[in-house]
Amino acid sequence: MSGASIAGGENAALGLYHKAGSIKRERRWALIGAYIALAVFVVFFMFPPFHMLITSLKSSAEIADLQGNPWIVRSPTLENYRDLLTNGNYVLHFRNSVIVTIAVVAITMVISTLAAFALARMRFWGSAALATGVFLTYLVPETLLFIPLFQIIGGMGLYNNLLAMILIYPTLTVPFCTWIMIGYFASIPKELDEAALIDGANHFQMLWKIFIPVALPGILAATIFAFTVSWAQFLYPMAFLVSSENMVLTVGIVSDLIRGDTFQWGKIMAGALMAAAPPLLVYAFLMDYYIAGLTAGATKG
Amino acid sequence: MAQVSIRNVVKAYEGGVQAVKGIDLEIADHEFVVLVGPSGCGKSTTLRMVAGLEEITSGEIAIGGTVVNDIPPRDRDIAMVFQNYALYPHMSVFENMAFGLTLRKFPKDEIKRRVDNAARILDITPLLERKPKALSGGQRQRVAMGRAIVRDPKVFLFDEPLSNLDAKLRVQMRTEIKKVHQTVKTTTVYVTHDQVEAMTLADRVVVMNHGIIEQVGPPQELYHRPATRFVAGFIGSPAMNFIPARVENGSGALRLNLPNGIVLPVPADRTARYGAAAGKEMIFGIRPEHLTEPKNLDRDNIATFELTPEVIEPMGMETLVHLWLQGAEVCSRIDPTTPAEPGRPMQVAADLNHMHLIDPQSGRVL
Repeated sequence: MSGASIAGGENAALGLYHKAGSIKRERRWALIGAYIALAVFVVFFMFPPFHMLITSLKSSAEIADLQGNPWIVRSPTLENYRDLLTNGNYVLHFRNSVIVTIAVVAITMVISTLAAFALARMRFWGSAALATGVFLTYLVPETLLFIPLFQIIGGMGLYNNLLAMILIYPTLTVPFCTWIMIGYFASIPKELDEAALIDGANHFQMLWKIFIPVALPGILAATIFAFTVSWAQFLYPMAFLVSSENMVLTVGIVSDLIRGDTFQWGKIMAGALMAAAPPLLVYAFLMDYYIAGLTAGATKG
Repeated sequence: MAQVSIRNVVKAYEGGVQAVKGIDLEIADHEFVVLVGPSGCGKSTTLRMVAGLEEITSGEIAIGGTVVNDIPPRDRDIAMVFQNYALYPHMSVFENMAFGLTLRKFPKDEIKRRVDNAARILDITPLLERKPKALSGGQRQRVAMGRAIVRDPKVFLFDEPLSNLDAKLRVQMRTEIKKVHQTVKTTTVYVTHDQVEAMTLADRVVVMNHGIIEQVGPPQELYHRPATRFVAGFIGSPAMNFIPARVENGSGALRLNLPNGIVLPVPADRTARYGAAAGKEMIFGIRPEHLTEPKNLDRDNIATFELTPEVIEPMGMETLVHLWLQGAEVCSRIDPTTPAEPGRPMQVAADLNHMHLIDPQSGRVL
């Protein structure tokens, strides 16, 4: 920039430099502010995982020892991890969580994509009321639902059965995912379906070849939501699963690693950290796709 | 390729609002027909009924002799170009153009042959691998046309295809569309609100207003022999001048009494045509180019009078002069070299060979 300033007349160069300098200075302060704010957030939110990590690396004796600095691991050990992965039902719980989550995400995405497409594009009697109704069902808290659900699940003979989770979780995920996708589908210009209709697509092809690819960011957002809800769900498995071999991670860790008032902190933290890994991977992997704006260029603009 | 017949077609929406009030139109094979009119006149609705995107309330639409009222869009063998292009954003240009053929299970090499051919016609071969978002407005419009061409349909439908483009590109693409039609010769129905587009593109122009057809005809005919006051005012820019006039009968010849005390003799060959209007208040219509400085008109039936310019608009190849006349503003087209200035009275000559007389009650041009 200084080269350009010298090339221009002296006055013009001075004016230019002055202006550019003040913009630069403002920008620098904005950046400093942003970094400070981010640093505060990072410290605040990374504190619990960090605490989990160091606790998981300590032996029970070291955790119980009140001498010395609790932030330092004196004799790091992977014993907690090894024990979890070789003894007890932790691996089984992990497997159950994976099964339930994959099944629930699949069921949710199929139902809510079809529902959202119908509600967003096929005008039929009561479709607007139905769209609102779908969202309202999401507002009913699960703490209110699990008692009547208990009767239904019991009546179906699915008490203490993983299948019950696969049937119940979608009541939490489908309404919200449908709602997200109605919004995404509604933002797709009407001319796109009309063009597809004229090009010879039927409604299923229109959904499969146009709507799903174009609304992919929305579909991924819904997928992430469904995944998070299923993976982290606590109340329903707590209420409906009783034997350890049928449990999912969230309740499994709590019920197996806490015996009366004995908390096996090292193993609890190790188990929780490993349980947090899949969501981290999913977020890291899907975030790029999620952010990419795919609708750009469909119409003018 | 095929003809399109629209027979007594009505489109009514819930609540009884009629967008199209019973129109008849026969479009011949290979013909380029433009539906033009102000917004809300029913032109787009008509096009969408031909496409099958709107249901027909009553009446009948036939494409190539087959009544298509109950045939879905995909089986009507039509292709449509939309105002906002409606390209599939996740597909490349090639895939966009090939989509219709892929759905119809055309063999791969046939698809490639057709897309390459259309791309050559439209000069977009280098763009085939790009996504729509990497294209300019004009290029997107070409791709949208390419998508129509590859299908080789019976009918092309265009819904205001140039309205999203800037003025310069619009003129360029207009020529392009005409060229394409001269090459592929597919029957075309084209909707626009722009009368210049209508005039330049059409074999026949259909002027619509309030859900009815005002007039159908070749551009020149609409321009020189408008059937109604609406058509006379809608076609042509600047618009035709409408001046209140009283028709009087005086010793076998008709005279027009205009405001400002101007009296114009009606040409003798029109006496019979306008006879019935004698003694009535009518509207005298004349286009700006037929109201000009006296030196440009050297023939019979010229009437010269004096008016005062209010605004002068130099256009380069011509100058528009807005003249003051009681009860009407009048626009005149003069040579740019003719001196004119606001407030200084000037002589203008009306070429009455091109006059129109309009019945203000019925709106018909006599």
